[in-house]
Amino acid sequence: MKEEQGMSILVKRITRMTVSLILLYGFYIALHGHLSPGGGFAGGVIFALSMIHITLAFGAEGVKEIMSKAKASFLESAGALLFLLIGVSGILSGAFFLNFLPTGYEFRFFSGGTMIFSNMAIFIKVGAGLFAVFVVLAFLGPEGHTEDNDGGEK
Amino acid sequence: MIELHIILFFMILAALIAVEMRGLLNSVIALGAVGMGLVLQFLLLRAPDLAIVQLVVEILILILLIRATVKLDRPSESTLKENWAYVLCLLLFAGVFLWFGYRALEGLPLFGAPEMNVSDYYISNAMEQTGAANIVTSILLDFRAYDTLGEVTVLFTSIVGAIAVLRKIGRKQ
Repeated sequence: MKEEQGMSILVKRITRMTVSLILLYGFYIALHGHLSPGGGFAGGVIFALSMIHITLAFGAEGVKEIMSKAKASFLESAGALLFLLIGVSGILSGAFFLNFLPTGYEFRFFSGGTMIFSNMAIFIKVGAGLFAVFVVLAFLGPEGHTEDNDGGEK
Repeated sequence: MIELHIILFFMILAALIAVEMRGLLNSVIALGAVGMGLVLQFLLLRAPDLAIVQLVVEILILILLIRATVKLDRPSESTLKENWAYVLCLLLFAGVFLWFGYRALEGLPLFGAPEMNVSDYYISNAMEQTGAANIVTSILLDFRAYDTLGEVTVLFTSIVGAIAVLRKIGRKQ
């Protein structure tokens, strides 16, 4: 294996400790979007940033088993379709994007009806999509041949 | 209000530095200063939602720009000769742009004093109609969810376009 990929041992150790916290914070921001500032978009960008963190510290090989480009593309499409599905499912009870779930009480976690699910759909979509853009742009250069296993070039 | 103007002056200064710097890395760092100034502006204008989004997107864009562009740094010298026709065209178009901008901005309400036609309804009814404590989210995902769908579609299309244009399969070396 290529041991010298990525950054130094210090960066790798610190990344191991911090990246899960960053991921958890992004998830929190997206999940509590209807209660506190933030939302699916901000949470998704934080998710993409944590993946970029792994990519920068461990190199392209290190992130491949967690999130490859194909998986990111799939998740991005799935998130967009999920958001559309939430909108279409409102038609069953009356109108497009109708908030058909019970709204609940204010400041409780289960309030806002479909907003939690919309936020999670946008979270998946934005996080995976922006990470895919980063992978595509960052490994475009002449040293980027290690990343993709789908190209036929050496 | 004075702190808003100080930060605005700082942002304009950083933008000018970003344009005038030699070397892409310096320009990218100055651009980051502009974005961080914008974060402070949003915080001072009491828009924490926008501040969070602007902060994380700014960091992402900074990483993307540094990772993707700095290696391709090719300092290019402008081959355009600066003669009087060039300066005249520049002044003419700057004048036209400023005049149209002035006329377009005349009709807007004053800074910080928006005409509350629709937003009054949202502010007074968002809580009991949607049950969400964050009004911004309730507007984005309930009252204006159709707009958000368009936004998601735009983002999806642009990402698909970026992946398709920058692909490696089937590309001649």
